[in-house]
Amino acid sequence: MRIDGRARSPSAPQGGARRPAEPQNEPKRSDLIFDADGLSPAALARKHQLERDPSCRTDPMAYLPGMEVIDSDLKDRVRAAMAAYDPARYTAADARRALEHERCSVEDFQALLSPAAAPFLERMAERARAETVRHFGNTVYIFTPLYIANHCENYCVYCGFNCYNPIRRMKLDKGQIEREMEIIAKSGMEEILLLTGESRSVSGVEYIGDACELARKYFRLVGLEVYPMNTDEYRYLRERGADYVTVFQETYDVEQYEKLHLQGHKRVWPYRFDAQERALRGGMRGVAFSALLGLSDFRKDALATALHACWLQRKYPEAEISLSCPRLRPITNHADVRPGEIGERELCQVLCAYRLFLPFAGITVSSRESAAFRNGITKIAATKVSAGVSTGIGDHASKYGEKSTSEKEGDEQFEISDARSLAKMYADLVGEGLQPVLNDYVYV
Amino acid sequence: MKKSTEDTFTLGGKTFTSRFILGSGKYSLDLIRAAVEHAGAQIITLSVRRANTQEKENILDYIPKGVTLLPNTSGARDAKEAVRIARLARELGCGEFVKIEIMRDTKYLLPDNQETVKATEQLAAEGFTVLPYMYPDLNVARDLVKAGAAAVMPLGAPIGSNKGLATADFIQILIDEIELPIIVDAGIGAPSQACRAMEMGAAAIMANTALATSGDVPRMARAFRLAIEAGRDAYRAGLGRVLARGAAASDPLTGFLR
Repeated sequence: MRIDGRARSPSAPQGGARRPAEPQNEPKRSDLIFDADGLSPAALARKHQLERDPSCRTDPMAYLPGMEVIDSDLKDRVRAAMAAYDPARYTAADARRALEHERCSVEDFQALLSPAAAPFLERMAERARAETVRHFGNTVYIFTPLYIANHCENYCVYCGFNCYNPIRRMKLDKGQIEREMEIIAKSGMEEILLLTGESRSVSGVEYIGDACELARKYFRLVGLEVYPMNTDEYRYLRERGADYVTVFQETYDVEQYEKLHLQGHKRVWPYRFDAQERALRGGMRGVAFSALLGLSDFRKDALATALHACWLQRKYPEAEISLSCPRLRPITNHADVRPGEIGERELCQVLCAYRLFLPFAGITVSSRESAAFRNGITKIAATKVSAGVSTGIGDHASKYGEKSTSEKEGDEQFEISDARSLAKMYADLVGEGLQPVLNDYVYV
Repeated sequence: MKKSTEDTFTLGGKTFTSRFILGSGKYSLDLIRAAVEHAGAQIITLSVRRANTQEKENILDYIPKGVTLLPNTSGARDAKEAVRIARLARELGCGEFVKIEIMRDTKYLLPDNQETVKATEQLAAEGFTVLPYMYPDLNVARDLVKAGAAAVMPLGAPIGSNKGLATADFIQILIDEIELPIIVDAGIGAPSQACRAMEMGAAAIMANTALATSGDVPRMARAFRLAIEAGRDAYRAGLGRVLARGAAASDPLTGFLR
């Protein structure tokens, strides 16, 4: 998960951020870019050069040394399907027809994602709910993320952890990780998602492995949302206790991706794309996919995300597949920003379409969505929600522990909207007639 | 005719009068209650992965006394994993019964017959009462018998599909040829379909989604009980002529022969 232009500036606001001059040809990202205070002149100059001069940026399709290249045609197929998709071409009749079909074809899915399907949202929700109930009953899984580090080597213009944002960086040591886990486990949580920023040099694979091993002590299901890595590294982390891997592609639109991910290993689009496949080859049981909806045309990104998941599952039928759906939220004081396009109605439409196209897939809704939205969408399509969330580093003790702590904490990646604790989330789900599940997994 | 309650079947040395088994797909405490009280279930499937929790509401705490637990190995992707899950079930105190579910496909959840035979052999040797869930294939069913299964559980249709007996012809072959109880698992979406399976000679049926997703769970549970009893009685009574095999003329065609 990344966010949102609303990247947090250094701990104490010092007169706010300065906005750089906007390049004429890249209006979409201009509102996302900001200069944080406290950068050295050299860093600032480099940052501006990256932002303004495409020729100084590397080829996003070229692998860096050490990056494993696997033989897979999925990238090309997904990109071709995305390029061929024109949401404006679909009509109300197409959407209506798609809803009449028992099974949702790719063509039907494209119709349901299109603006023409918007008037049929209630009908889509009814169909989606029926599919969700058929495959998952009333169950909703609960998990919590744990940020163990926030160091990052990438410059992604919209992200609060980016390397040109001098936030408080922190990496928990084993003792601190264990302490956070104890507090979380005490709340009753059984599934944890471990997150780091994307810094291989600071948060190495062995460090993540140590965290997995600790997590295995306290939790029954361990997910990872860390930088993409090679197959043998995924295999190593699987052996240390990880069960599934989440990698967000952010956007499947390579041109737009190039303009938003200006520096660092994350800039290499195809290496990121193949992360789930490498994870499965490394023995992970499940993988999760997502675009950050709003970075590019969200309908096309939603299509690409679902096709990526669908076709990978066909190749690895035993893999557990799930989708997330973060969206770039409208940014305060910048209502004209493109993310305004994807409001709650549009997000709901995407999720209903996901459910109809991939009835068996898990769908996770993040705490950056409001409690009201999460309550509503779990009755329609979502099967997993987070609770007791903190996106800061090492602050479960102060947020959820018995007493507050004066220890150092790392800055948060983004602000959450739904801050319900596990107990509250559990009770609310029961109140909605749903059945919260903390774990349904046997480590084998 | 004997009373329906005297018509029993046996699995692993235990005798059952109810021929309704609650599946584990969508569990809720209300569902378990309805299945026991209104459908008369004496066997309840339990997903080990759902019992393996610290959760306050552990499903194990809600299984009424006198009900036989049938832990399943859902989540297993091969025989080795299924064996490990079965052993875990035993450690959790779920008893000696185990339903083998091995799926290498997260989309359709179809059983892997080959791995199922392997797991059956291993677990039967370890003293489990093994009920393997399988795709109805006569050769595989025979292998399961040899491997020591206590029953064979062919699927009627894809799990959760409520499509009924899509594989009816193949299930009938198992019923006709296999001497173990044949328990129809997966796909049964309506009491009429359960009734038909019983008429065909199935020993029992398993259902979950059909109840779980009904608007009135207790009433649907009762409907299943009645349908199963009706189908079972019809099977025991012997069905009359089946018109599909050719209408029977009331005057014999060969009546002219002397």
